[in-house]
Amino acid sequence: MPRMVIMFPMMVLLIFPLVANFEVKNINLSVIDNDRSSYSRSLIEKVRSTGYFKITDIEDNYQDALTSIESDKSDVILEIPPKFERTLVREMETNLMITANAVNGNKGGLGTSYLVNIIMDFNDNIRTELTNNVNKLNVPFLSIIPKYRFNPSLLYEVFMVPALMVMVLSMICGFLPALNIVSEKESGTIEQMNVTPVQKFTFILAKLIPYWIIGYIVLTICVGIAYFVWDIVPAGFLGTLYIFVTIFILAISGFGLVISNYAISVQQAMFMMFFFVLTFIFMSGLYTPIENMPAWAQVLSNFSPLKYMIQVLRMVFLKGSDFKDLLPQFYALTTFALFFNSWAIYSYRKSS
Amino acid sequence: MRQFLTFTRKEFYHIFRDRWTMIMLLAFPVIMIILFGFGITTEIQNSKIAIYDPSKDIATNNIATKLEISEYFMLEEYLDTPDQIETKFKEGKVGMVVVFGERFYENLLHTGEAKVLLIADGTDPNTASTLTTYASRIIMMYQQELLGIEKLPYSIHTEVKLLYNPTMKSAYNIVPGVMGMVLILICALMTSVSIAREKELGTMEVILVSPMPPLLIVLSKVVPYFVISLINFTNVLLIAVFLLGVPVNGNLFSLYFVSIIFIFVSLALGLLISSVTDKQLVALLMSAMGLMMPVVMLSGLMFPIENMPIVLRGIAQIIPAKWYIEAIRNIMIKGLGLKDIIPELSVLSLMAVVLIAASLKKFKIRLE
Repeated sequence: MPRMVIMFPMMVLLIFPLVANFEVKNINLSVIDNDRSSYSRSLIEKVRSTGYFKITDIEDNYQDALTSIESDKSDVILEIPPKFERTLVREMETNLMITANAVNGNKGGLGTSYLVNIIMDFNDNIRTELTNNVNKLNVPFLSIIPKYRFNPSLLYEVFMVPALMVMVLSMICGFLPALNIVSEKESGTIEQMNVTPVQKFTFILAKLIPYWIIGYIVLTICVGIAYFVWDIVPAGFLGTLYIFVTIFILAISGFGLVISNYAISVQQAMFMMFFFVLTFIFMSGLYTPIENMPAWAQVLSNFSPLKYMIQVLRMVFLKGSDFKDLLPQFYALTTFALFFNSWAIYSYRKSS
Repeated sequence: MRQFLTFTRKEFYHIFRDRWTMIMLLAFPVIMIILFGFGITTEIQNSKIAIYDPSKDIATNNIATKLEISEYFMLEEYLDTPDQIETKFKEGKVGMVVVFGERFYENLLHTGEAKVLLIADGTDPNTASTLTTYASRIIMMYQQELLGIEKLPYSIHTEVKLLYNPTMKSAYNIVPGVMGMVLILICALMTSVSIAREKELGTMEVILVSPMPPLLIVLSKVVPYFVISLINFTNVLLIAVFLLGVPVNGNLFSLYFVSIIFIFVSLALGLLISSVTDKQLVALLMSAMGLMMPVVMLSGLMFPIENMPIVLRGIAQIIPAKWYIEAIRNIMIKGLGLKDIIPELSVLSLMAVVLIAASLKKFKIRLE
């Protein structure tokens, strides 16, 4: 058991961030260059130099390029029509065709957006070049500058690591209590417990305290790995995290004990816990934002304690939010903790 | 043959009598597809934004309205001072703040120095870059409108075509993955646990001394899970089509054909696990840690394989579900035929043959 408490967080925090990565980079691009002019070449060069795209093949016709999309060799096709350069210079406008594989909608969508932006940039350069000596452009012009707060270089692990800590905490501090009482039931030791004069309240509280300590250890390991391996330092006050962890563990362990009270076998407790933890995780916004979900799922997400804790961890780690900013989450988690533990005390029966 | 049918019926009874097993077998896949299908969405809609606008002129008002009426954004509030930007982000209230420069309209028309700053909350990198991209596109459209009919000279227009999934729904990508996961779960996990249970309870011994050849005993054990897997696959398919709106572009027959090969692979894996252990809990943990985790993490179900470091990408190649999910995506979403998935089919068939051979060889007909 002690080994698991140390190994599990390490495994998750070392491997998960490498895998759980929805980043869109290294998009494979097939180019159909029907023009082979200096413009088309410099456009291709520009696309290559941005680093978002990897040009896998230069095809002669659309059909071949489509085949390479079908076989997943490339994700996006850029088709440059014949006489691209001549049409642009003589007729003042021309077309480019982009075709993307959108099975992964996120990748297809962002990939084409990146490509369109690069082309627009290329277009601006060409335009200045061509109009420079003729006449100064007299058109409305504005510049759009995107900026990213808290995670300026948009690193995915910065997003995942704090939230994964919550996942680890709920796996350990949720599953262990869930197996606790029921395994005593299975082995029969609970009978001895029941004949002692111990109060229900004291009994449940005593069951909870070890998980508090385990939770603190797990969190400390997690914060350590975040710092040493991923170079992520909490922007906010570390103490805030520990305050919230105290309440969160109370909530999730209380929930585990409720399951343990109702289950008749260890296996059943495991299945039940597996189901609930999975639902909590998927409704918590761990992987993708809750705002993207359909309305009914957003309502459902309010009942996942993980949602609030993930918000807390992300806000403290990245934004440096203080306790005052986190009051809504504090109230929500406290409610969960009180509710689950009262239920655990209520549902614990000394006599069967 | 009659013996075999009797044994198979016995296995069905085993499953039907245990309420928990039934729930696991039939309800779990349904819950999984709903959780994954709705829970993992990368589509942006109604993202909350705030605007800081010191200019308050016709141009900024127009842009604000355009942002607000788009399906992507929801205008939360106007900020009075730039200091509020930081506070709003810290409270986690908004995903992006649009900051206009001063005397925006004037600059836009004359000096060409009009500036819009899109400050996004970079906590979630994907959302952040999608938000700024969408907002930029909307603002650019306003600029185009200002130009009116008069077009910029030397313009390159881009025509974008999104193949297979023009509305960029996440479910298209997730559904084939969930199918792979459900089949592994039902076939491998449940088979291994059920055989281990018979060993643990000692009933396996009774069966093995019966005059049935051991091979048929094994077969009768896996037949129910094979049937239930097909039912589950159909359920998941129906939910995907009617609830999540994912189309079946390819041939339904090919879809079932690939799935049956994959079910063979999973059943063989389950048998292999059960031949290693005779404890239910060990079988459960081995299937969960050894099969479920890699499938969820490395098969490309949720996370794109190409983003992983090289070692993990290598491991992904030996996971059967990875090939299956690829094949299903090709048939179901891309609408390709069987001949286009020959590589995936051959790998899966090879795995099936090897694993079935190994599991039959390893299956012990005697108990120590």
